Amino acid sequence: MTPYVTITVNGVPHPVAADITLAAALLNIGVTAFRRDLDGLARGPVCGMGTCFECRVVVDGIANVRACLAPVRDGMSIESSA
Amino acid sequence: MVDVLVVGAGPAGLSAAIAVAERGKRVLVLDQGLRPGGQIWRHRQLASLPPHARAMIERALALGVVIANDARVVDAISPNELVIAFRGRIDRQPTRALILATGARERLLPFPGWTLPGVVGVGGLQALIKSGVSLAGARVVICGTGPLLFPVAATAVAAGADLLLVAEQASRGAVLGFGTSLLAKPEALLQAAKYRAVFRKAPFHTGSWITAAEGFGHVQRAVVNVRGKSVTFDCDWVATSAGLVPSTELAQILGCTTVDGAVDVDDMQGTSVGGVWAIGECTGVKGDLAAITEGEIAGRAAVGDVDGARAGSLQRRRNRGRMFGRRLARAFAAREELLQLATDDTIICRCEDVRRRDVDPTWTQRQAKLWTRVGMGECQGAVCGTACTAMFGWAANVARPPLGAPTVGEWGEELRNTAP
Repeated sequence: MTPYVTITVNGVPHPVAADITLAAALLNIGVTAFRRDLDGLARGPVCGMGTCFECRVVVDGIANVRACLAPVRDGMSIESSA
Repeated sequence: MVDVLVVGAGPAGLSAAIAVAERGKRVLVLDQGLRPGGQIWRHRQLASLPPHARAMIERALALGVVIANDARVVDAISPNELVIAFRGRIDRQPTRALILATGARERLLPFPGWTLPGVVGVGGLQALIKSGVSLAGARVVICGTGPLLFPVAATAVAAGADLLLVAEQASRGAVLGFGTSLLAKPEALLQAAKYRAVFRKAPFHTGSWITAAEGFGHVQRAVVNVRGKSVTFDCDWVATSAGLVPSTELAQILGCTTVDGAVDVDDMQGTSVGGVWAIGECTGVKGDLAAITEGEIAGRAAVGDVDGARAGSLQRRRNRGRMFGRRLARAFAAREELLQLATDDTIICRCEDVRRRDVDPTWTQRQAKLWTRVGMGECQGAVCGTACTAMFGWAANVARPPLGAPTVGEWGEELRNTAP
Protein backbone atom coordinates (compact mmCIF):
# COMPACT_ATOMS: atom_id res chain seq x y z
CA MET A 1 0.00 0.00 0.00
CA THR A 2 1.26 3.44 -0.91
CA PRO A 3 2.00 5.54 2.15
CA TYR A 4 0.26 8.90 2.17
CA VAL A 5 0.97 12.31 3.66
CA THR A 6 -1.39 15.23 4.04
CA ILE A 7 -0.63 18.58 2.46
CA THR A 8 -2.77 21.71 2.70
CA VAL A 9 -3.38 23.54 -0.57
CA ASN A 10 -4.91 27.01 -0.30
CA GLY A 11 -6.36 26.02 3.06
CA VAL A 12 -7.80 22.66 2.01
CA PRO A 13 -6.14 19.42 3.23
CA HIS A 14 -5.40 16.70 0.66
CA PRO A 15 -3.92 13.22 1.14
CA VAL A 16 -1.19 12.61 -1.46
CA ALA A 17 1.28 9.78 -2.14
CA ALA A 18 4.35 10.23 0.06
CA ASP A 19 7.03 9.59 -2.59
CA ILE A 20 6.05 12.15 -5.22
CA THR A 21 7.09 15.74 -5.89
CA LEU A 22 4.96 18.70 -4.89
CA ALA A 23 4.38 19.49 -8.59
CA ALA A 24 3.01 15.98 -9.17
CA ALA A 25 0.83 16.24 -6.05
CA LEU A 26 -0.64 19.60 -7.08
CA LEU A 27 -1.32 18.40 -10.64
CA ASN A 28 -2.99 15.22 -9.34
CA ILE A 29 -5.17 17.32 -7.00
CA GLY A 30 -6.25 19.34 -10.04
CA VAL A 31 -4.36 22.57 -9.44
CA THR A 32 -3.74 24.19 -12.83
CA ALA A 33 -2.60 27.70 -11.83
CA PHE A 34 0.63 27.32 -9.87
CA ARG A 35 1.32 31.04 -10.35
CA ARG A 36 -0.07 33.91 -12.42
CA ASP A 37 1.72 36.08 -14.96
CA LEU A 38 1.60 39.89 -15.15
CA ASP A 39 -1.76 39.71 -16.95
CA GLY A 40 -3.18 37.43 -14.28
CA LEU A 41 -3.11 34.40 -16.54
CA ALA A 42 -2.37 30.95 -15.11
CA ARG A 43 1.00 29.26 -15.44
CA GLY A 44 1.96 25.71 -14.53
CA PRO A 45 4.93 23.31 -14.68
CA VAL A 46 6.81 23.07 -17.99
CA CYS A 47 10.29 21.53 -17.69
CA GLY A 48 9.72 19.31 -14.65
CA MET A 49 13.39 19.60 -13.65
CA GLY A 50 13.91 23.00 -12.03
CA THR A 51 14.99 24.97 -15.08
CA CYS A 52 11.98 27.07 -16.11
CA PHE A 53 10.69 28.29 -12.71
CA GLU A 54 7.07 28.19 -13.95
CA CYS A 55 5.88 25.91 -11.13
CA ARG A 56 6.87 28.17 -8.26
CA VAL A 57 4.48 28.29 -5.32
CA VAL A 58 4.51 29.50 -1.71
CA VAL A 59 5.44 26.68 0.69
CA ASP A 60 5.06 27.27 4.43
CA GLY A 61 5.29 31.01 3.82
CA ILE A 62 8.43 30.79 1.65
CA ALA A 63 7.89 32.20 -1.84
CA ASN A 64 9.30 30.97 -5.16
CA VAL A 65 9.68 27.31 -4.22
CA ARG A 66 9.95 25.19 -7.35
CA ALA A 67 7.26 22.55 -6.89
CA CYS A 68 8.97 20.17 -9.34
CA LEU A 69 12.07 19.96 -7.13
CA ALA A 70 10.31 19.78 -3.77
CA PRO A 71 9.33 16.46 -2.21
CA VAL A 72 5.94 16.42 -0.45
CA ARG A 73 6.13 16.48 3.32
CA ASP A 74 3.39 15.76 5.86
CA GLY A 75 1.85 19.02 7.08
CA MET A 76 3.20 21.10 4.18
CA SER A 77 1.09 24.18 3.50
CA ILE A 78 0.99 25.48 -0.07
CA GLU A 79 -0.41 28.64 -1.56
CA SER A 80 -0.86 28.58 -5.31
CA SER A 81 -2.74 31.02 -7.49
CA ALA A 82 -5.54 28.59 -8.30
CA MET B 1 38.14 18.36 1.53
CA VAL B 2 37.29 15.62 -0.96
CA ASP B 3 39.53 14.34 -3.73
CA VAL B 4 36.90 14.78 -6.42
CA LEU B 5 33.67 16.73 -6.45
CA VAL B 6 31.21 15.67 -9.16
CA VAL B 7 28.31 17.96 -10.08
CA GLY B 8 25.40 15.91 -11.40
CA ALA B 9 24.34 12.35 -10.54
CA GLY B 10 23.18 11.26 -13.98
CA PRO B 11 24.89 8.45 -15.91
CA ALA B 12 28.02 10.57 -16.56
CA GLY B 13 28.44 11.76 -12.97
CA LEU B 14 27.79 8.33 -11.46
CA SER B 15 30.25 6.72 -13.87
CA ALA B 16 32.95 9.26 -12.96
CA ALA B 17 32.27 8.82 -9.24
CA ILE B 18 32.60 5.04 -9.54
CA ALA B 19 35.92 5.37 -11.40
CA VAL B 20 37.23 7.68 -8.66
CA ALA B 21 36.03 5.47 -5.80
CA GLU B 22 37.48 2.35 -7.45
CA ARG B 23 40.86 4.06 -7.21
CA GLY B 24 40.47 4.54 -3.47
CA LYS B 25 39.81 8.27 -3.55
CA ARG B 26 37.11 10.24 -1.75
CA VAL B 27 34.34 11.48 -4.00
CA LEU B 28 31.25 13.59 -3.33
CA VAL B 29 28.45 13.89 -5.89
CA LEU B 30 26.06 16.85 -5.78
CA ASP B 31 22.69 16.62 -7.46
CA GLN B 32 19.64 18.85 -7.67
CA GLY B 33 17.26 15.89 -7.91
CA LEU B 34 15.72 13.96 -5.05
CA ARG B 35 17.37 10.66 -6.03
CA PRO B 36 20.47 9.76 -8.06
CA GLY B 37 20.10 9.01 -11.77
CA GLY B 38 19.67 12.42 -13.36
CA GLN B 39 16.84 13.05 -15.79
CA ILE B 40 17.21 9.88 -17.84
CA TRP B 41 17.19 7.58 -14.80
CA ARG B 42 14.69 9.61 -12.78
CA HIS B 43 12.76 7.23 -10.56
CA ARG B 44 10.68 6.87 -7.42
CA GLN B 45 11.47 3.17 -6.87
CA LEU B 46 14.93 1.84 -7.71
CA ALA B 47 13.23 -1.38 -8.88
CA SER B 48 11.51 0.51 -11.72
CA LEU B 49 14.84 1.32 -13.41
CA PRO B 50 16.44 -0.77 -16.18
CA PRO B 51 18.94 -3.29 -14.69
CA HIS B 52 22.08 -1.46 -15.91
CA ALA B 53 20.92 1.82 -14.36
CA ARG B 54 20.04 0.19 -11.06
CA ALA B 55 23.35 -1.66 -11.03
CA MET B 56 25.27 1.56 -11.54
CA ILE B 57 23.54 3.40 -8.68
CA GLU B 58 24.00 0.39 -6.39
CA ARG B 59 27.66 0.07 -7.39
CA ALA B 60 28.30 3.75 -6.56
CA LEU B 61 26.67 3.41 -3.14
CA ALA B 62 28.48 0.12 -2.42
CA LEU B 63 31.81 1.81 -3.16
CA GLY B 64 31.05 4.49 -0.58
CA VAL B 65 30.33 7.30 -3.02
CA VAL B 66 28.52 10.05 -1.11
CA ILE B 67 25.61 11.46 -3.12
CA ALA B 68 24.12 14.70 -1.79
CA ASN B 69 20.65 14.98 -3.31
CA ASP B 70 18.54 18.14 -3.29
CA ALA B 71 21.83 20.10 -3.43
CA ARG B 72 22.38 23.11 -5.71
CA VAL B 73 25.64 24.74 -6.74
CA VAL B 74 25.31 28.48 -6.11
CA ASP B 75 28.76 29.75 -7.11
CA ALA B 76 32.35 28.74 -7.77
CA ILE B 77 35.05 30.50 -5.76
CA SER B 78 37.65 28.55 -7.74
CA PRO B 79 37.96 25.10 -9.34
CA ASN B 80 38.85 23.94 -5.83
CA GLU B 81 35.94 25.44 -3.95
CA LEU B 82 32.23 25.53 -4.78
CA VAL B 83 29.44 27.27 -2.88
CA ILE B 84 26.60 24.82 -2.26
CA ALA B 85 23.01 25.20 -1.06
CA PHE B 86 22.12 22.04 0.87
CA ARG B 87 19.47 21.35 3.51
CA GLY B 88 18.52 24.98 3.86
CA ARG B 89 22.07 26.25 4.33
CA ILE B 90 24.79 27.64 2.10
CA ASP B 91 28.28 26.26 2.63
CA ARG B 92 31.61 26.02 0.86
CA GLN B 93 32.87 22.66 -0.37
CA PRO B 94 36.61 22.40 -1.06
CA THR B 95 37.92 19.75 -3.45
CA ARG B 96 41.15 18.72 -5.19
CA ALA B 97 39.45 18.12 -8.56
CA LEU B 98 36.13 19.06 -10.08
CA ILE B 99 34.06 17.10 -12.63
CA LEU B 100 31.06 18.77 -14.27
CA ALA B 101 28.22 16.50 -15.33
CA THR B 102 25.51 19.13 -15.46
CA GLY B 103 23.52 17.58 -18.30
CA ALA B 104 21.19 19.21 -20.77
CA ARG B 105 17.83 20.88 -20.87
CA GLU B 106 15.14 21.24 -23.49
CA ARG B 107 15.15 23.84 -26.22
CA LEU B 108 11.65 25.30 -25.85
CA LEU B 109 10.66 27.58 -28.72
CA PRO B 110 7.74 30.03 -28.40
CA PHE B 111 4.49 29.51 -30.30
CA PRO B 112 1.00 30.96 -29.72
CA GLY B 113 -0.46 29.50 -26.51
CA TRP B 114 2.76 27.93 -25.22
CA THR B 115 2.35 29.61 -21.81
CA LEU B 116 -0.96 27.81 -21.11
CA PRO B 117 -0.84 25.33 -18.22
CA GLY B 118 -0.73 21.82 -19.66
CA VAL B 119 1.79 22.79 -22.34
CA VAL B 120 5.01 21.15 -21.15
CA GLY B 121 8.35 19.98 -22.47
CA VAL B 122 8.67 16.49 -23.96
CA GLY B 123 11.28 15.60 -21.36
CA GLY B 124 9.18 17.73 -19.01
CA LEU B 125 6.21 15.42 -19.44
CA GLN B 126 8.39 12.41 -18.74
CA ALA B 127 9.91 14.07 -15.67
CA LEU B 128 6.45 14.92 -14.33
CA ILE B 129 5.16 11.38 -14.90
CA LYS B 130 8.22 9.89 -13.20
CA SER B 131 7.68 12.36 -10.34
CA GLY B 132 4.22 10.89 -9.77
CA VAL B 133 1.76 12.69 -12.08
CA SER B 134 -1.13 10.48 -13.12
CA LEU B 135 -2.23 10.77 -16.76
CA ALA B 136 -5.13 8.31 -16.41
CA GLY B 137 -7.60 9.15 -19.17
CA ALA B 138 -5.79 12.35 -20.14
CA ARG B 139 -5.61 13.15 -23.86
CA VAL B 140 -2.00 13.87 -24.79
CA VAL B 141 -0.33 15.25 -27.92
CA ILE B 142 3.47 14.98 -28.21
CA CYS B 143 5.32 17.16 -30.73
CA GLY B 144 9.08 17.09 -30.47
CA THR B 145 12.19 15.70 -32.06
CA GLY B 146 14.84 13.04 -31.72
CA PRO B 147 15.16 9.69 -29.98
CA LEU B 148 13.57 11.06 -26.78
CA LEU B 149 10.12 11.01 -28.42
CA PHE B 150 9.72 7.24 -28.30
CA PRO B 151 10.46 6.58 -24.62
CA VAL B 152 8.36 9.59 -23.59
CA ALA B 153 5.41 8.40 -25.71
CA ALA B 154 5.73 4.93 -24.17
CA THR B 155 5.96 6.40 -20.66
CA ALA B 156 2.82 8.48 -21.26
CA VAL B 157 0.83 5.46 -22.44
CA ALA B 158 2.08 3.40 -19.50
CA ALA B 159 0.90 6.23 -17.22
CA GLY B 160 -2.61 5.86 -18.60
CA ALA B 161 -2.61 8.60 -21.24
CA ASP B 162 -4.88 8.56 -24.27
CA LEU B 163 -2.08 9.43 -26.69
CA LEU B 164 -3.53 11.16 -29.77
CA LEU B 165 -0.39 11.91 -31.79
CA VAL B 166 3.40 11.71 -31.76
CA ALA B 167 4.87 14.27 -34.17
CA GLU B 168 8.55 14.41 -35.17
CA GLN B 169 9.55 17.75 -36.69
CA ALA B 170 12.46 16.30 -38.68
CA SER B 171 11.74 15.13 -42.21
CA ARG B 172 11.02 11.51 -43.09
CA GLY B 173 14.32 11.39 -44.97
CA ALA B 174 16.29 12.63 -41.98
CA VAL B 175 14.64 10.11 -39.66
CA LEU B 176 15.16 7.22 -42.09
CA GLY B 177 18.77 8.24 -42.59
CA PHE B 178 19.33 8.30 -38.83
CA GLY B 179 17.56 4.95 -38.47
CA THR B 180 19.81 3.44 -41.14
CA SER B 181 22.89 4.67 -39.29
CA LEU B 182 21.60 2.71 -36.27
CA LEU B 183 21.82 -0.61 -38.16
CA ALA B 184 25.25 -0.93 -36.59
CA LYS B 185 23.52 -0.67 -33.18
CA PRO B 186 20.70 -3.21 -33.48
CA GLU B 187 19.97 -3.00 -29.75
CA ALA B 188 18.98 0.66 -30.18
CA LEU B 189 16.60 -0.20 -33.02
CA LEU B 190 15.15 -3.05 -30.98
CA GLN B 191 14.59 -0.70 -28.05
CA ALA B 192 12.86 1.81 -30.35
CA ALA B 193 10.61 -0.98 -31.66
CA LYS B 194 9.71 -1.95 -28.09
CA TYR B 195 8.74 1.64 -27.28
CA ARG B 196 6.70 1.86 -30.50
CA ALA B 197 4.85 -1.30 -29.56
CA VAL B 198 3.80 0.33 -26.28
CA PHE B 199 2.35 3.39 -28.04
CA ARG B 200 1.26 1.50 -31.19
CA LYS B 201 -2.28 2.92 -31.06
CA ALA B 202 -1.06 6.50 -31.57
CA PRO B 203 -0.13 7.77 -35.03
CA PHE B 204 3.52 8.77 -35.51
CA HIS B 205 4.26 11.39 -38.16
CA THR B 206 7.54 12.86 -39.32
CA GLY B 207 7.72 16.36 -40.83
CA SER B 208 5.04 17.50 -38.36
CA TRP B 209 5.10 20.11 -35.60
CA ILE B 210 2.94 22.14 -33.21
CA THR B 211 1.82 25.55 -34.46
CA ALA B 212 -0.48 26.70 -31.63
CA ALA B 213 -2.06 25.72 -28.33
CA GLU B 214 -5.48 27.06 -27.41
CA GLY B 215 -7.61 27.12 -24.29
CA PHE B 216 -8.75 29.20 -21.36
CA GLY B 217 -6.82 28.71 -18.12
CA HIS B 218 -5.47 25.37 -19.42
CA VAL B 219 -4.69 23.92 -22.82
CA GLN B 220 -7.79 22.52 -24.53
CA ARG B 221 -6.64 22.19 -28.14
CA ALA B 222 -3.40 21.65 -30.01
CA VAL B 223 -3.05 22.85 -33.59
CA VAL B 224 -0.47 20.71 -35.37
CA ASN B 225 0.97 20.89 -38.87
CA VAL B 226 0.68 17.22 -39.80
CA ARG B 227 2.65 16.71 -43.01
CA GLY B 228 1.57 20.07 -44.38
CA LYS B 229 -2.05 19.96 -43.19
CA SER B 230 -3.27 21.90 -40.13
CA VAL B 231 -5.06 19.50 -37.76
CA THR B 232 -6.67 20.41 -34.43
CA PHE B 233 -6.67 17.95 -31.51
CA ASP B 234 -8.85 18.36 -28.42
CA CYS B 235 -6.46 17.50 -25.60
CA ASP B 236 -5.47 17.97 -21.96
CA TRP B 237 -1.66 17.99 -22.35
CA VAL B 238 0.70 19.10 -25.08
CA ALA B 239 4.34 18.05 -24.77
CA THR B 240 6.67 19.88 -27.10
CA SER B 241 10.33 20.73 -27.54
CA ALA B 242 12.91 21.34 -30.25
CA GLY B 243 15.64 19.11 -28.90
CA LEU B 244 18.14 19.34 -26.06
CA VAL B 245 20.86 21.89 -25.31
CA PRO B 246 23.83 21.52 -22.94
CA SER B 247 23.57 23.16 -19.50
CA THR B 248 26.82 25.08 -19.16
CA GLU B 249 26.14 27.76 -16.53
CA LEU B 250 28.54 26.39 -13.92
CA ALA B 251 31.23 25.78 -16.55
CA GLN B 252 30.84 29.38 -17.70
CA ILE B 253 31.23 30.74 -14.18
CA LEU B 254 34.42 28.71 -13.83
CA GLY B 255 35.70 30.26 -17.05
CA CYS B 256 35.59 27.09 -19.16
CA THR B 257 35.56 27.65 -22.92
CA THR B 258 32.36 26.65 -24.70
CA VAL B 259 32.01 25.92 -28.41
CA ASP B 260 28.59 25.98 -30.08
CA GLY B 261 26.95 26.05 -26.66
CA ALA B 262 28.79 22.99 -25.31
CA VAL B 263 31.71 22.79 -22.87
CA ASP B 264 34.89 22.26 -24.89
CA VAL B 265 36.93 19.25 -23.73
CA ASP B 266 40.11 17.45 -24.75
CA ASP B 267 40.69 13.70 -25.07
CA MET B 268 40.88 13.36 -21.29
CA GLN B 269 37.58 15.26 -20.93
CA GLY B 270 39.59 18.14 -19.49
CA THR B 271 38.16 21.64 -19.95
CA SER B 272 40.14 24.78 -20.74
CA VAL B 273 40.44 25.36 -16.96
CA GLY B 274 43.01 23.25 -15.09
CA GLY B 275 41.51 20.88 -12.54
CA VAL B 276 38.06 20.93 -14.17
CA TRP B 277 36.77 18.06 -16.28
CA ALA B 278 33.39 17.94 -18.08
CA ILE B 279 31.42 14.90 -19.18
CA GLY B 280 28.06 13.87 -20.59
CA GLU B 281 25.48 16.12 -22.21
CA CYS B 282 27.02 19.41 -21.03
CA THR B 283 29.81 18.70 -23.53
CA GLY B 284 27.30 18.00 -26.33
CA VAL B 285 24.17 15.85 -26.48
CA LYS B 286 24.98 12.23 -27.33
CA GLY B 287 23.08 9.98 -24.93
CA ASP B 288 23.67 7.96 -21.79
CA LEU B 289 26.07 5.33 -23.16
CA ALA B 290 28.56 7.96 -24.33
CA ALA B 291 28.09 9.80 -21.04
CA ILE B 292 29.07 6.70 -19.07
CA THR B 293 32.27 6.31 -21.12
CA GLU B 294 33.17 9.96 -20.71
CA GLY B 295 32.61 9.65 -16.96
CA GLU B 296 35.00 6.73 -16.79
CA ILE B 297 37.69 8.69 -18.64
CA ALA B 298 37.29 11.82 -16.52
CA GLY B 299 37.12 9.88 -13.25
CA ARG B 300 40.41 8.20 -14.03
CA ALA B 301 42.07 11.39 -15.26
CA ALA B 302 40.93 13.45 -12.27
CA VAL B 303 42.77 11.15 -9.81
CA GLY B 304 45.92 10.96 -11.92
CA ASP B 305 45.31 7.62 -13.65
CA VAL B 306 46.27 9.14 -16.98
CA ASP B 307 47.23 5.81 -18.58
CA GLY B 308 43.85 4.39 -17.61
CA ALA B 309 42.07 7.40 -19.10
CA ARG B 310 44.10 7.07 -22.29
CA ALA B 311 43.15 3.41 -22.75
CA GLY B 312 42.47 2.83 -26.43
CA SER B 313 39.18 1.00 -25.98
CA LEU B 314 37.74 3.79 -23.80
CA GLN B 315 38.95 6.50 -26.16
CA ARG B 316 37.53 4.71 -29.20
CA ARG B 317 34.16 4.20 -27.50
CA ARG B 318 34.09 7.88 -26.52
CA ASN B 319 34.95 8.97 -30.06
CA ARG B 320 32.13 6.83 -31.44
CA GLY B 321 29.83 8.58 -28.94
CA ARG B 322 30.91 11.98 -30.21
CA MET B 323 30.22 10.89 -33.79
CA PHE B 324 26.79 9.65 -32.73
CA GLY B 325 26.15 13.07 -31.16
CA ARG B 326 27.03 14.83 -34.41
CA ARG B 327 24.67 12.54 -36.35
CA LEU B 328 21.91 13.27 -33.84
CA ALA B 329 22.41 17.02 -34.17
CA ARG B 330 22.35 16.84 -37.97
CA ALA B 331 19.31 14.57 -38.28
CA PHE B 332 17.15 16.38 -35.72
CA ALA B 333 18.17 20.02 -36.18
CA ALA B 334 15.20 22.30 -35.50
CA ARG B 335 13.60 23.25 -38.82
CA GLU B 336 13.34 26.89 -39.84
CA GLU B 337 9.53 26.91 -39.49
CA LEU B 338 9.82 26.28 -35.72
CA LEU B 339 11.75 29.52 -35.32
CA GLN B 340 8.93 31.57 -36.81
CA LEU B 341 5.87 30.31 -34.93
CA ALA B 342 5.65 33.23 -32.47
CA THR B 343 3.24 35.98 -33.51
CA ASP B 344 3.55 39.64 -32.37
CA ASP B 345 1.47 38.85 -29.31
CA THR B 346 3.32 35.68 -28.26
CA ILE B 347 5.26 35.91 -24.99
CA ILE B 348 8.89 34.99 -25.62
CA CYS B 349 10.32 35.65 -22.13
CA ARG B 350 8.04 33.67 -19.84
CA CYS B 351 9.42 35.17 -16.61
CA GLU B 352 9.24 38.85 -17.57
CA ASP B 353 6.27 38.51 -19.97
CA VAL B 354 8.15 40.11 -22.87
CA ARG B 355 6.27 39.65 -26.13
CA ARG B 356 7.65 39.07 -29.60
CA ARG B 357 6.62 42.58 -30.68
CA ASP B 358 8.58 44.11 -27.77
CA VAL B 359 11.96 43.03 -29.17
CA ASP B 360 13.76 43.84 -32.39
CA PRO B 361 15.87 40.94 -33.70
CA THR B 362 18.46 43.42 -35.00
CA TRP B 363 19.28 44.38 -31.41
CA THR B 364 22.06 42.61 -29.57
CA GLN B 365 21.09 40.34 -26.72
CA ARG B 366 22.43 42.94 -24.30
CA GLN B 367 20.38 45.77 -25.78
CA ALA B 368 17.29 43.59 -25.60
CA LYS B 369 17.95 42.82 -21.94
CA LEU B 370 18.45 46.46 -21.01
CA TRP B 371 15.39 47.68 -22.88
CA THR B 372 12.89 44.90 -22.19
CA ARG B 373 14.25 42.68 -19.36
CA VAL B 374 14.09 39.70 -21.70
CA GLY B 375 16.10 36.89 -20.06
CA MET B 376 16.37 38.66 -16.69
CA GLY B 377 13.70 36.80 -14.75
CA GLU B 378 13.80 33.83 -12.41
CA CYS B 379 15.05 31.33 -15.01
CA GLN B 380 17.91 33.69 -15.96
CA GLY B 381 17.35 33.12 -19.66
CA ALA B 382 17.46 29.33 -19.46
CA VAL B 383 14.30 29.20 -21.59
CA CYS B 384 14.12 32.44 -23.61
CA GLY B 385 17.88 32.92 -23.95
CA THR B 386 18.12 29.57 -25.71
CA ALA B 387 15.09 30.42 -27.85
CA CYS B 388 16.40 33.89 -28.81
CA THR B 389 19.77 32.44 -29.78
CA ALA B 390 17.97 30.06 -32.14
CA MET B 391 15.45 32.62 -33.46
CA PHE B 392 17.53 35.79 -33.71
CA GLY B 393 21.12 34.57 -33.62
CA TRP B 394 21.73 36.49 -30.40
CA ALA B 395 24.74 35.57 -28.30
CA ALA B 396 23.97 33.03 -25.60
CA ASN B 397 23.02 34.37 -22.17
CA VAL B 398 26.10 34.90 -20.00
CA ALA B 399 25.76 32.99 -16.75
CA ARG B 400 26.36 34.94 -13.56
CA PRO B 401 26.34 33.85 -9.93
CA PRO B 402 24.37 33.11 -7.90
CA LEU B 403 23.04 30.03 -9.69
CA GLY B 404 20.21 27.87 -8.42
CA ALA B 405 18.07 30.68 -6.96
CA PRO B 406 19.35 30.64 -3.36
CA THR B 407 17.02 32.15 -0.78
CA VAL B 408 17.91 34.75 1.82
CA GLY B 409 17.16 32.11 4.44
CA GLU B 410 19.78 29.80 2.97
CA TRP B 411 22.41 32.52 3.09
CA GLY B 412 22.15 32.41 6.88
CA GLU B 413 20.40 33.69 9.95
CA GLU B 414 22.72 36.68 10.24
CA LEU B 415 21.71 37.91 6.79
CA ARG B 416 18.04 37.44 7.60
CA ASN B 417 18.44 39.32 10.87
CA THR B 418 20.35 42.31 9.55
CA ALA B 419 17.42 43.69 7.55
CA PRO B 420 16.90 47.38 8.45
